[in-house]
Amino acid sequence: MNLTLKIWRQKNASDKGKMVDYKVDDISPDMSFLEMLDVLNEQLINKDDAPIAFDHDCREGICGMCSLYINGEAHGPDRGVTTCQLHMRMFNDGDTIYIEPFRASAFPVVKDLIVDRSSFDRIQHAGGFISVNTSGNTIDANAIPIEKHDADTAFEAATCIGCGACVASCKNSSAMLFVGAKVSQFALLPQGKVEATDRVLNMVKQMDEEGFGNCTNTGACEVECPKGISLENIARMNREYLKASLKG
Amino acid sequence: MALDSKIPEGPIADKWTNYKNHIDLVNPANKRNIDVIVVGTGLAGGSAAATLAELGYNVKAFCFQDSPRRAHSIAAQGGINAAKNYQGDGDSTYRLFYDTVKGGDYRSREANVYRLAEVSANIIDQCVAQGVPFAREYGGLLDNRSFGGVLVSRTFYAAGQTGQQLLLGAYSAMNRQIGRGKIKMYNRHEMLDVVKVDGKARGIITRNLITGEIERHSAHAVVLGTGGYGNVFFLSTNAMGSNVTAGWKAHKRGAYFANPCYTQIHPTCIPVSGDHQSKLTLMSESLRNDGRIWVPKHMKDVEAIKAGTLKPKDLAEADRDYYLERRYPAFGNLVPRDVASRAAKERCDAGYGVNATGEAVFLDFASAIQRYGKEQAHVKGLDENNADLVKKLGQDVVKNKYGNLFQMYEKIVDQDPYETPMMIYPAVHYTMGGVWVDYNLMTTVPGLYCIGEANFSDHGANRLGASALMQGLADGYFVLPYTIGDYLSDDIRTGPIATDSKEFEDAEKEVRERLEFFVNNNGSHSVDHFHKKLGKIMWNKVGMSRNIKGLTEAISEIKALREEFWKEVKVPGTNEEYNEELAKAGRVADFLELGELFAKDALNREESCGGHFREDSVELDGEQKGEAKRDDENFAYVSAWEYKGEPSDAVLHKEELEFKDIELKQRSYK
Amino acid sequence: MSGILNSSIGRKVAMALSAFFLMIFLLQHFAINILSVFSPDTFNEVSHFMGTFWVIQYVLQPVLIFGVVFHFVMGFILELKNTKSRQVSYAKNNGGANSSWMSRNMIWSGLAILAFIGLHFYDFWFPEINTKFIVGDMSGLIDPNTADSGFRYFEELQHKFHSHVRTIIYVIAFIFLALHLLHGFNSAFQSVGANNKYTKGLQGFGKVYAILIPLGFIFIAVFHHLKHVLS
Repeated sequence: MNLTLKIWRQKNASDKGKMVDYKVDDISPDMSFLEMLDVLNEQLINKDDAPIAFDHDCREGICGMCSLYINGEAHGPDRGVTTCQLHMRMFNDGDTIYIEPFRASAFPVVKDLIVDRSSFDRIQHAGGFISVNTSGNTIDANAIPIEKHDADTAFEAATCIGCGACVASCKNSSAMLFVGAKVSQFALLPQGKVEATDRVLNMVKQMDEEGFGNCTNTGACEVECPKGISLENIARMNREYLKASLKG
Repeated sequence: MALDSKIPEGPIADKWTNYKNHIDLVNPANKRNIDVIVVGTGLAGGSAAATLAELGYNVKAFCFQDSPRRAHSIAAQGGINAAKNYQGDGDSTYRLFYDTVKGGDYRSREANVYRLAEVSANIIDQCVAQGVPFAREYGGLLDNRSFGGVLVSRTFYAAGQTGQQLLLGAYSAMNRQIGRGKIKMYNRHEMLDVVKVDGKARGIITRNLITGEIERHSAHAVVLGTGGYGNVFFLSTNAMGSNVTAGWKAHKRGAYFANPCYTQIHPTCIPVSGDHQSKLTLMSESLRNDGRIWVPKHMKDVEAIKAGTLKPKDLAEADRDYYLERRYPAFGNLVPRDVASRAAKERCDAGYGVNATGEAVFLDFASAIQRYGKEQAHVKGLDENNADLVKKLGQDVVKNKYGNLFQMYEKIVDQDPYETPMMIYPAVHYTMGGVWVDYNLMTTVPGLYCIGEANFSDHGANRLGASALMQGLADGYFVLPYTIGDYLSDDIRTGPIATDSKEFEDAEKEVRERLEFFVNNNGSHSVDHFHKKLGKIMWNKVGMSRNIKGLTEAISEIKALREEFWKEVKVPGTNEEYNEELAKAGRVADFLELGELFAKDALNREESCGGHFREDSVELDGEQKGEAKRDDENFAYVSAWEYKGEPSDAVLHKEELEFKDIELKQRSYK
Repeated sequence: MSGILNSSIGRKVAMALSAFFLMIFLLQHFAINILSVFSPDTFNEVSHFMGTFWVIQYVLQPVLIFGVVFHFVMGFILELKNTKSRQVSYAKNNGGANSSWMSRNMIWSGLAILAFIGLHFYDFWFPEINTKFIVGDMSGLIDPNTADSGFRYFEELQHKFHSHVRTIIYVIAFIFLALHLLHGFNSAFQSVGANNKYTKGLQGFGKVYAILIPLGFIFIAVFHHLKHVLS
């Protein structure tokens, strides 16, 4: 199929940037969206133009590196997939496709479609861990039984890939689904309860300092999340935060 | 230089304990004065960086991705082995050790493997303490599954995302140290050289991938946890950015490169759909527990299926060739990865491949759906003869077990695997070879360590399922932090390493010259053009089955391609900006050298072992006719190659492997 | 505890708590107003009680005003901060694909309600305050000098709905109120951390509340208007 692409081009962080039109022909419906961009880049290189910079790595939907706001949605129109798993059969011959970077003040654009998501890392530095050293002398893994339901719910929260689609989709650029998932994972496990108070206070503080917006419960994050992380995690974080605030 | 593997004396079960009791330690006050560089933040690098920082060293960690959490360990699906014996099914350290050595086709180092099995149980304790949400049973205890043709259930897992959960565990341990200031994290930095001062590794040269800035970083020791080199095949299940550059630069600075030809080709991957394909997707080996692999018996049916006039599910049982069940009645569809992959290639080479490219076989769940459906109908007291009901119940069971894989398959291939058999084909997945290390995980360059998939040590010629995660974390959490202390104890009075020495200056200059060459070359073809060509040579001539003619051709073709690359490669843009093409050019340049050494190593090893299959080394008669033939008399050694300029000049050093605790046997799956 | 109102979660909880208060108030307001349809006398008596009982006038009324002002001010503050969190907007954004119109436009439905409250105060509250505290007439009678002239509340209510325009404005305002509540009701529960096995049921109840209450107010307005037009 033949497509018209409207792609955000921005030389570097300080450049103003603009949308630029491109045409690609003979796109196979079996291609992934990123393979379609590979084709465009090969064209651009052969014409001595600068290829489009975009983040990608594992190309199997787990590393969380790929981003892209495609036709007004994070990771494009399909559900439960990252951009690298989005296939061209979701589009029709002759379509015009808008491709933009994830937008948020806390995700500044580095170049073209690449954004800097290190704000996510800094939130994790503030408390996304359990303080246990690698001594090899921790207690036996089976010493603390954990209810299967809690273990499974913690796992579901932990499947977040940190891609930032929640922030990109949120009209407020809120990071609460991302932070809520991590807070939930540890809040549901006995190992995590020891530091629960400090964890949630510190992580939320860092989240606010990074300039993410406030959650207004639109639920867009949950719909666009490639891993289906539930809004329940935000509610749980709210509870944890209230508990911690009253306590501390 | 003669190879010294530095294996401690004593009985195998006591080696590691004795070793730890007698090494030199660095006292906590002195650790504050010692810097360690860790390159790579996957399971091995991430866990090492966190542990070294906990111990008190000043760690500088580097990754080329935008966050340490994105290292490709994250994509591991199945699980992690540990000799916990929670199931009471007779597992033990010895048994895990034995299975790993045997699975590796007796080409790994006994002492290292035993140590790996020994610390495996600690890994699970550590990860649970960190909050890794492993799968649990209803009683609240950890669940296990069985994996890859061993006789016990020792694999711990977190659905199909075990690698992700373990990596996030290591990442969280790193985060704690980054928050404390003990790890200085450098994201989007690529290591482009190792710097040696007075014969010891004392630092690295990196390029900031955002700004293009070339930086010098010094330390008292350098650790590489930079993963495997499967991308030398262009198409593999590795991440797009996975590369050999760190290991290859170390090789050029004096680190021997061991067994480059040992590559694992995983049988259950989604087939290539066309030339546009950028990477391959793996589906967990666990699918073979219930799926039956087949191709049509008759060529007319193959053609009808390809033409779309015959639906695979309509082909009569009698006209199907379940070739694994036919050839290996004892193990059937559950033969090890290397055997299953070669059998698929054999059928496809004979023309029985079932898709347009002729490189696919069927993985069929219809009989599993029937079997489970009947079982469920029986359990629920429903009509076992109601075909629709049985199918529905069976599909539910299959969905519970493999739902996420089926969904992934459907998204990529656009076919419903509940209704029509899946198509699969083998793909490059893991490289057992890597930088040679001794028992301390130190390379032949003093102070330069190599851990995880990047080294060669534990998996011999073939890796068992769920052992990669085990090795990465064992190296990073429990082995390297001890062994590196023994080395660093000599450095407590050294003080900070200066970066203005001539060695750093020279290394930086070399790096700069190479980058400038690329951006000024103005050739006629993109980097990918050469990478794809290299991949084709590797896959066709150094792939699943190798022969002297193909390997010899590959060596000269790769050499010629390399020369063409240096003349004709085209890299747009400049060095002083984010420039992915430039980063790729450097990586492909190294692959073009490694590829030749890879083929040379395969040519040298005139035996079939594990993932390395030589057509001229097969059993000629008897029950095993046509199967791989190992040659223990002449090839029970590790090939460690020393860099001498061109790959063709590389010098072979042999580390003879001694098997004192395990008897060498032929692997038989008949 | 200090600084909780400076945190994103603290603020959203505060929004939710003020919302709960306003939703309860709304229910009570509706319960009294609907009396005007069935029994003008009861309506008058209850109105007089509400208008003169000191707990209501001097304790609950200020709290209510504070609640309303707080909800609006905080809503604006959050909106401003949220707008700042994305300085470059998308060239193409398909919000409808992942969220409801109501959830994305709370600020607009809120502003419409604010404008309505202005009108509502002009219609009822300012005259009421004027009569009671400026003029000093606490009798609640149509003619304070005639003891049997009857309570004025029902009269005033009816009178306001004589106008077509005013009735239409009230109806439109209540539609905005419904839109605001359709997201706001359940959003408030989510904000205070209530997301559990009861959530599904509560969502259904929230929808019923968000539609029935404004519909009831519309009914009252239209009822009085039609009564006047047809009589």
